[in-house]
Amino acid sequence: MVGGSTLIPDVEGALGMAGKTITRADLCEAVYRKVGLSRTESADLVEMVLAEIRERMIRGESVKLSSFGSFLVRSKGERIGRNPKTGEEVPISPRRVMVFKPSNVLKQRINGALAEDAQFDEDVERA
Amino acid sequence: MIKSELVQVVADQNPHLYQRDVEHIINAILDTITEALANGDRVELRGFGAFSVKNRPARVGRNPRTGTSVSVTEKYVPFFKTGKEMRERLNAGA
Repeated sequence: MVGGSTLIPDVEGALGMAGKTITRADLCEAVYRKVGLSRTESADLVEMVLAEIRERMIRGESVKLSSFGSFLVRSKGERIGRNPKTGEEVPISPRRVMVFKPSNVLKQRINGALAEDAQFDEDVERA
Repeated sequence: MIKSELVQVVADQNPHLYQRDVEHIINAILDTITEALANGDRVELRGFGAFSVKNRPARVGRNPRTGTSVSVTEKYVPFFKTGKEMRERLNAGA
C-alpha cells in the first residue's frame, strides 16, 4: 500500500483483533526453542515439513494432521464467471484448489480463547 | 497422508534425528500456528498460504427441522487462503 496506509484500519483490526503476523521466522524460532536444534537446522526442518505437505497436495493427496486440520485438494469444473468491472462473461477454466478444513480441536481452541476475550471486553465496558 | 506418515518421511530425510525429535518439530510448528490463531494473529507462510481468524457475528438462526428461531452466538473461525505459488503449482500441469 502506498502512503497514508496507517489511516486505513486493516480488516482484522476492524474486528477488534490483535493483528500481529506470524511468519516462517517465528516457526523456526519455536522449533529452535522447543527442540534444541541449531537455528539453521530448525529453519531447514520447517522448510522440509512445509515442502512435504506441498508436494503431497500437488500430487492430489490430502494431508490430515490430527488435532490441527486437513489440507484437501478439490477439482473444480469449468464455470462461467464475470469480470466485475466490465460485466463481461468469461469462462473460468477447470482447476484444482487447496482447502483447509480445521479440526474441532483447533476450532475450539480459537473460540475458547477469543470468546472469553470478547466476553471480558463486554464485561469491562459494562462495568 | 496423516501426521505419523509425515513424521516418518521427514525422519527418513534426516537420519541423524530421532523420530521423536521430528514429531516434536512438527508439533511445535502446528502448536505455534494454533496459538497464534487463538491470539487472533495471522500466520503467513509465503509459497504455502496464510491462516487467519474470521469473526462470525451473533445472528438469529433457524432450526431447519422445526423452523423455530434460535440465537447463534458470535463465533471465530479459522480460515486458510492458499498462497500464490501453491495455487500456481497445483495447476501447473493443466
